[in-house]
Amino acid sequence: MARTFVMEFERPVAELEHKLESLKRLDLTAQPDLAAEIVALELEIEKLRETLYSSLSAWEKVQVSRHPERPKTQDYIEALFTDVVELHGDRLFGDDGAMFAGLATIGRRRVAVLGHSKGRNTKENIARNFGSPHPEGFRKARRVMRLADRFGLPIVSLLDTAGAYPGIEDEQRGQALAIAECLATLAGVRAPVVVVGIGEGGSGGALAIGFGDRLIMLENAYYSVISPEMCATILHKDAGRASEAAACLQATADDLVRLGIADEIVREPAGGAHRDPEVVFEGVRDAVTRALDELADVPADELVSRRYERLRKTGVYTEGD
Amino acid sequence: MPISDWFKAREAKRYVTPNGPVDTSDLPDGVWIKCEECRRTVYQGDMESNLQVCPGCGAHGDLTAADRIAYLVDEGSFVETDGSLGSVDPLSFTSGKPYAGALEAARENTGMREAVLTGRATILERPVVVGAMDFRFIGASMGSAVGERITRAFELALTERTPLVLAVASGGARMQEGMLSLMQMAKTASAAARLSEAHVPYIALLTNPTMGGVTASFATLADVIYAEPHARIGFAGPRLVEQTIRTGLPKGFQSAESLLAHGMVDAVVDRRELTERVALTLDYLGSGGE
Ligand SMILES: [Zn+2]
Repeated sequence: MARTFVMEFERPVAELEHKLESLKRLDLTAQPDLAAEIVALELEIEKLRETLYSSLSAWEKVQVSRHPERPKTQDYIEALFTDVVELHGDRLFGDDGAMFAGLATIGRRRVAVLGHSKGRNTKENIARNFGSPHPEGFRKARRVMRLADRFGLPIVSLLDTAGAYPGIEDEQRGQALAIAECLATLAGVRAPVVVVGIGEGGSGGALAIGFGDRLIMLENAYYSVISPEMCATILHKDAGRASEAAACLQATADDLVRLGIADEIVREPAGGAHRDPEVVFEGVRDAVTRALDELADVPADELVSRRYERLRKTGVYTEGD
Repeated sequence: MPISDWFKAREAKRYVTPNGPVDTSDLPDGVWIKCEECRRTVYQGDMESNLQVCPGCGAHGDLTAADRIAYLVDEGSFVETDGSLGSVDPLSFTSGKPYAGALEAARENTGMREAVLTGRATILERPVVVGAMDFRFIGASMGSAVGERITRAFELALTERTPLVLAVASGGARMQEGMLSLMQMAKTASAAARLSEAHVPYIALLTNPTMGGVTASFATLADVIYAEPHARIGFAGPRLVEQTIRTGLPKGFQSAESLLAHGMVDAVVDRRELTERVALTLDYLGSGGE
């Protein structure tokens, strides 16, 4: 596979891969030892990758979560769902390509699907505003949340955004209000809500479709109150200290399980989800269908009050003297 | 008391401002202060009796949460709830200024335990649950404790079926508590949704500044949203917007007046008229049309 994008921490792997490529170009018949050397090098690469990925720092995981070849919402929809009916528009102003909304079937369950939609190439990314929704995206999501609520369809929500788009017109058209209304609506949906962090979980723009009855996180996905770069800029006036900020923010899948915010982690192959998407799709399919099965028989009132109680328990504070 | 009588009664009312927000260190005895907007020198007593609104240009000065509540509710009617609820440092956040120290300093500087005061009070004799946020306390950012106090205010209003009035100011979610802070947006918004469902009135006053995760959660879910003149209200910080779009920002961007023009708030209300406006609004919302 031709790799077009190398993350800094993966450079040692990339260098060995480069060496492997050149070995493979040599004439095997002229050098009998070459075949063995190639096999050894392949093993070495795999081992090095596994070592690297077994102890990724928070900042390295953030980079993996943003990898351009990482599977996107569209890939999950194509791989996991059948009979997909995409629903467009917010009925107010426009249709936002950064937010997918629709109806689909996963296994034997019919659901509504929401998802931040990054592009898989430059052209798609421009059409989808790199996955950063405008108010119209959140209002479309909210419209489909209400649809799901009215017709008792579970919601499966896929998170992958750097955040809500911070533009002038976004502010003027009520970006904050659009997010707030999603939160209020999601709180009351009388059907199961299963959220999957597949890549980036950037702050309020992620949260707008990002809480519910279950939160499943991919191993290298993150979900944070603020991007590490912006956090570092605020604290140190230096985005270059993002690595330190990423560690402090405790926003990896492991962190979120420890904090009681996420329920389950779907493992990724060494090298990240893009190195073997099928394995990750299978893991997500399993986790989502299990969650939907578990929630299927919970009465609607009970679902809504449990969802509230779950949030009520989120937070750490002291009380009394 | 009918609103019209209150106008007369207010003439006699004396406001107390224990913590004047304006720096007067370079002026003798803090008797005279300079308005930052019109540069006029104003007698501090005049500012106090004018609710920290400049008599010259009408600029609204910053208020502490205690003053905000004192100006809004009937004298002596405020009884705080959840006053012992405070923040901890759940992530041991040490990047930059360690969070534990920042909390300590904020408590020392403000005499408050957290960035929001909540409680019961009356507004022109109308019972309310009331809250006010204090920007001096870590930018009135919302962490677990602020989120919990706000949520409990919503729940108190719900169980007692008493209208809720919140004076909001905030820089957004408190990043030093990471995802626990982000989830407070969902928590407070869910509490607001429950109050709304129960048809108990909720009025928000957005003051300078109301930004980020607070604007994007409970603050804008009110039945009626009022804003203070010239308050900055928005989601993304202006510098981030500027960097993103790589051009200058339009005049009055994210000002209360601009939000009014774009249909995002119900009205921009002068601080000196707020109490009677809130009371009148509550009368309509609680009247059932009778
Ligand atoms: Zn002035």
